[in-house]
Amino acid sequence: MTTLDPDRADPSQVDRAASGAAAAGPPGRVEVERATTASRVGAMLALVAVAVFGTAPLWARTSVLRTLIGFFTLLALATMWNLLAGYAGLVSIGQQAYIGVGAYALYWLSDSVGLDPFVAVPLAALGAAVIAVPIAVLAFRLRGGYFAIGTWVIAEALRLLVANTSQLGGGSGVTITAVSGYDRQARVYLTYWLAFVVGVGAVALTYLLLRRRLGLALTANRDSETGARSLGVDVYRAKLLVYVVAAFGCALAGAVIYLNLLRIQPDAAFSVNWSAFMIFIVVIGGVGTIEGPILGTVLFVVVQETLAQYGAWYLILLGLIAVAVALRARHGLWGVVAERTGISLFPVRRRLKLPAPALGGSR
Amino acid sequence: MTTANNLVQGLLLGGLYAMFATGLSLMFGVMRLVNLAHGDFAILAAFLALVIVDGTGLHPLLTLAVAVPAMFLLGYLLQRGLLNFTVGGDGLAPVLVTFGLSIILQNVLLEVFSADSRGLDAGAIEDTSLALGRLNVGWFPLLTLVTGAAVLGGLQLLLARTQLGRALRATSDDPEAAQLVGVDHRHAFAMATGLALATVAIAGIFLGIRTTFSPALGPTRLIFAFEAVIIGGLGSLWGTLAGGMVLGVAQTLGAQISPGWGVLTGHLVFLAVLAFRPSGLFGKPVTT
Repeated sequence: MTTLDPDRADPSQVDRAASGAAAAGPPGRVEVERATTASRVGAMLALVAVAVFGTAPLWARTSVLRTLIGFFTLLALATMWNLLAGYAGLVSIGQQAYIGVGAYALYWLSDSVGLDPFVAVPLAALGAAVIAVPIAVLAFRLRGGYFAIGTWVIAEALRLLVANTSQLGGGSGVTITAVSGYDRQARVYLTYWLAFVVGVGAVALTYLLLRRRLGLALTANRDSETGARSLGVDVYRAKLLVYVVAAFGCALAGAVIYLNLLRIQPDAAFSVNWSAFMIFIVVIGGVGTIEGPILGTVLFVVVQETLAQYGAWYLILLGLIAVAVALRARHGLWGVVAERTGISLFPVRRRLKLPAPALGGSR
Repeated sequence: MTTANNLVQGLLLGGLYAMFATGLSLMFGVMRLVNLAHGDFAILAAFLALVIVDGTGLHPLLTLAVAVPAMFLLGYLLQRGLLNFTVGGDGLAPVLVTFGLSIILQNVLLEVFSADSRGLDAGAIEDTSLALGRLNVGWFPLLTLVTGAAVLGGLQLLLARTQLGRALRATSDDPEAAQLVGVDHRHAFAMATGLALATVAIAGIFLGIRTTFSPALGPTRLIFAFEAVIIGGLGSLWGTLAGGMVLGVAQTLGAQISPGWGVLTGHLVFLAVLAFRPSGLFGKPVTT
């Protein structure tokens, strides 16, 4: 064996790996591997997928585009939940708070303020990111399962606040009318491209964030919080950053979802079912991997479309699968694939490569 | 006078919330497990009572004799067959598995019983009240508070005085050390979950008599239970009763201001406690 995997090792080794990379060492000494053949193939596949789906309005019917809008927004939501739970250990059941805030902020900015709805989408998400800071300060006082319920209570409080505000349509909701200036076909195309950018952007952003210092800080914290703190990792700051990024991403996805649906109701926009979707996708696909949410979203959309006429049974089936996977295969279906084959299409870990003689000498 | 009446109603409602919270608190105390399906099990018990009432014509309060042991058994088996495999490890599994259970239970109840609101008819006790000067106190809310206090007191006695209570406390302190002195922690955990579901079954059936219920009602019951626990302070059973009463009063007074603000006022009081007194109104300062 000439590689050591610092992913599961203690943080001090991870740190040494990082300093080894910075010093770049004399030739033939320690090397840090951050890309593999599989990851180069993965990058190629990703480029092909981006080319195919980026041009979808040229080859797909409107009904297919609508399914794909659903797919890419769900992918963004799932990727954000994975960043929270899989990397920062923040198991939130309250991300629907930001879907709702994103949707209502979009309505307010476009229909009341008068901005172009496609410009209002990113601004709505920024607003949600600002709101996320004080919410995080409150929610971070709770841990584990109680943090989970706490985030849910906050989402419920926001739902009831909106439902009691007549300017936002109260309990019966509002309709976004600002899009009426757009041609129907143009609106579907623009919404599709926005959804595409949000979905692909969420995956790319998560990948890049985790390959940087933040990824190291989170990995160190996951393996040992005490160890990470003693090495000077500002765990609170790292978690806060992840929470705000996830709020931004979920609000962005929420705004795009409702730009497509146009009718916003508090009970639907702030529904805990959104969290159920995110959790089932990530758990089944593979929590704590970049590939997992992609695989999970594909499976979710296929199951949902196949069982569409049988009411809530698709959710029961997915729930059963998720429970089984959470118990039996901690890193989901992608984890099973990666374990069998050693393939990592989007590696965020740093593999330490030691020359064989040096390792032999130390044993 | 309305305010005084509402205050009393809120205090009595606290008894029901405390009943919901007891099991949640017990499971967390013994094995650090937060059961996100807790509220859904209460609704399951209410539907179980409904089926018994429809099938046999029994009085809803008498269905407790069947539903409570049945839910105890379900809890015991659930812990041994499923949840014991999630305790320990990275802390993700218990949340994911119990949340999955919650969604499964809600949707199975929805498919079996439809989304219609149902109720348990307990007859005269629901409509009669005790006149205390100018206050009117309903017999049934009073019975609910007394039952809630009895459940809490009974659990307190069980934990303090019995062999099982000692085993539960020992397992809570240190499961490995408890095993060394002969406590089977898998059995202790399963007894805790059994007791939790038995208490939440009582709460579910009282809820079903008090108001109507539907399959989607579980999550709000979980949230109220959780708010009662946090407002009262973690690890304090009587604090939970007080927390439930604070929540009940906040909800009834909020609803008096504007009907839509009842539950929201409860959430706001909870968030205020979290912001200014995170260890709860009656809890010991958090040390862990």
